[in-house]
Amino acid sequence: MTEIKLIYFAWVRERIGLAEERVDVPASVTSVAELAAWLQLRGEEYAYAFENPAIVRAAIDRKHVKPDALIAGAQEIAFFPPMTGG
Amino acid sequence: MEPRIVFRVQAEPFDIAKEIDALAGLGEDVGAVTSFTGYCRSEGGRLLALELEHYPGMAEEEIGRVVQEAVTRWPLTGLTVIHRFGMMRPGDGIVLVATASSHRLAAFEAAEFLMDYLKTRAPFWKKEHRAEGSSGEWIETKELDDRAASRWQTSM
Repeated sequence: MTEIKLIYFAWVRERIGLAEERVDVPASVTSVAELAAWLQLRGEEYAYAFENPAIVRAAIDRKHVKPDALIAGAQEIAFFPPMTGG
Repeated sequence: MEPRIVFRVQAEPFDIAKEIDALAGLGEDVGAVTSFTGYCRSEGGRLLALELEHYPGMAEEEIGRVVQEAVTRWPLTGLTVIHRFGMMRPGDGIVLVATASSHRLAAFEAAEFLMDYLKTRAPFWKKEHRAEGSSGEWIETKELDDRAASRWQTSM
């Protein structure tokens, strides 16, 4: 198990009902996509946030990553919708 | 000479004239300053406000990466990017991009590149607050923005 800080933004944050949390991630979870799939099983709020995992974006330690990115060594992983700034 | 680079993420409004003057005053080699300002609009009275959420830390870092890419690609004398967060009313400026160069082409292109990349990469999200009272919805990303960003062919 590794403890990782997770941060959520915009409707991902609203659906989960938390801005951030620390979770113990099992060693079997190695990629961002696997982490999203594992989170989905934590409750209906998470299932709702990740109901369409293809549109949820992620960042590891404040850098954009693809779903196949490995989470080993990550301090902080963020999940959020596609950006709409500018 | 190294270009003067300024980028900020802030809640406060920005002063467009002041930012442009700062770029124009960089020296006699400045032949062109362009600026783009994005504003909150009312959507025909339907919208009371736009709320901008951001990822503190990453927003600054990501803008910094886009800015570095711009000064690598174009011969700029200076560059300013300011992106606001918090509650915006119709007419409020949300984002300012200004570029200075010897010639207009670099200034225009770099400003356009910066805006395209800010839209698709900077971690900001807009939520609508509507006139009829409901809390409103998160604005969805536009395919048009992705296409605009993809024409620059970077590895970012």
